[in-house]
Amino acid sequence: MTSIGTGYDLSASTYSPDGRIFQVEYANKAVENSGTAIGLKVKDGVVLAVEKLVHSKLLVPGANRRIQTVDRHIGLATAGLPADGRTVANRARDEAAGYRDFYRSPPTLKTIADRIGQFVQMYTLYSSVRPFGISTILGAVDKDGPALYVVEPSGVFFGYHGAAVGKGRQLAKTELEKLKLSELTTREAVIEAARIIYLVHEDAKEKDFELEMSWIGPETNGQHVAVPKDLFDEAETKAKEALVSGFE
Amino acid sequence: MVDRIDFQQLKAGEVNLGTSIMAVQFANGVVIGADSRTTTGSYIANRVTDKLTHVHDRVYCCRSGSAADTQAVADIVHYYLQLFSQSSGAPPPVHTAASMFQKLCYENKDALSAGIIVAGWDKEVGPSVYNIPLGGGLFRQPWAIGGSGSTYVYGYCDATYKEGWGRDETVEFVKNTLALAMSRDGSSGGVIRMCVITEEGVERLFVPGNELPKFWTGTEVLAAPKTKVVLDPQVAPMVVE
Repeated sequence: MTSIGTGYDLSASTYSPDGRIFQVEYANKAVENSGTAIGLKVKDGVVLAVEKLVHSKLLVPGANRRIQTVDRHIGLATAGLPADGRTVANRARDEAAGYRDFYRSPPTLKTIADRIGQFVQMYTLYSSVRPFGISTILGAVDKDGPALYVVEPSGVFFGYHGAAVGKGRQLAKTELEKLKLSELTTREAVIEAARIIYLVHEDAKEKDFELEMSWIGPETNGQHVAVPKDLFDEAETKAKEALVSGFE
Repeated sequence: MVDRIDFQQLKAGEVNLGTSIMAVQFANGVVIGADSRTTTGSYIANRVTDKLTHVHDRVYCCRSGSAADTQAVADIVHYYLQLFSQSSGAPPPVHTAASMFQKLCYENKDALSAGIIVAGWDKEVGPSVYNIPLGGGLFRQPWAIGGSGSTYVYGYCDATYKEGWGRDETVEFVKNTLALAMSRDGSSGGVIRMCVITEEGVERLFVPGNELPKFWTGTEVLAAPKTKVVLDPQVAPMVVE
């Protein structure tokens, strides 16, 4: 960054002369260093998958989950600072519960994405706080069908058919673009999601990683749950096979 | 802690909707109806009241109880529904509107006297009717009646209502029920106002007080002799001073 040392990056409440907020851009760097997280919105459901880099062999498998449940039908995957992911997930849960209490019906994902967007944006306004160092992928099946959104550190959010954030997002996005997402079933999407995560993982440079996957679809009765072990194992095996055949 | 909450107790001079209100769902929509009487004690403060209150494009409520309380509650719900449709980008489901009424009525049950029927049409479930009686419960029903006049016509409704009616049959049912309730209940009367709410829109119907459907009117004189007495024109009645 050319403007280092000019003093415009010391707080989120200061613009640079060309209208940027450097603290928000640094927050995006925190996201870029994180293991990849992807989301697929398909015909009848949504799949979330995360490449969780394991920084120590001493860690218990399944620790520090990066896919969390917001409401019965809403899942959330983050890339960036894990602690910020917990904070945003907790806020999303509060918003979902508050919506249910007020309207007596499950919230749409758009509503939750909108509120999380507002929440995250508040942290780009004051010198006393630091912007969130995460991009959040939100997935759900609500009354309007499958839905997928990404909330960025600036607070903006967009709806997607397929989303990828974190280190391997570029390759993941080109892989997602090759898929006919609107024709896949949720079960098929789980296989593809595992393949993409294994593909984007840079084996040589990186430490070990753990694959995390959740889905929402007809087979889960519209609820956000972890992918069951048999399907998970099948997807992981196929992902490894695809990787080997890809090198030939 | 009070032993018993007297919901019927109105404050001095409070305007009461001693009322007959009703809502019935049918295949394409709902028919809602109400009498038009508003009273302060025995005085009719308004004989052409509109108790069918708009809260959103396809959601209306029928108000009974205190006029002030129910107007205030309907205004609040109207505000929230505008907020809802703006932020969600779609008209609110009837259930959402009914839940807002229910929340306000339950959480303020000690201060309110309001019996409200919420009815309308939405994209998700089509036509629906929700009853919110005094304590602030929420009940979805195929038909609902409310207000002081309703107590006289529960039997009529139970005996008459059938599933699968069309618009015209439903309108007749509402009109007849309200006419019967208004004829027995001293706190109900005036004209009948009705609304037919469908996907296409809201149609208002009006029945003037002199065109209400008539049922048994009690015109026969029971004391009269069975056989007709023919008076002899020669016999003049005795002159009474």
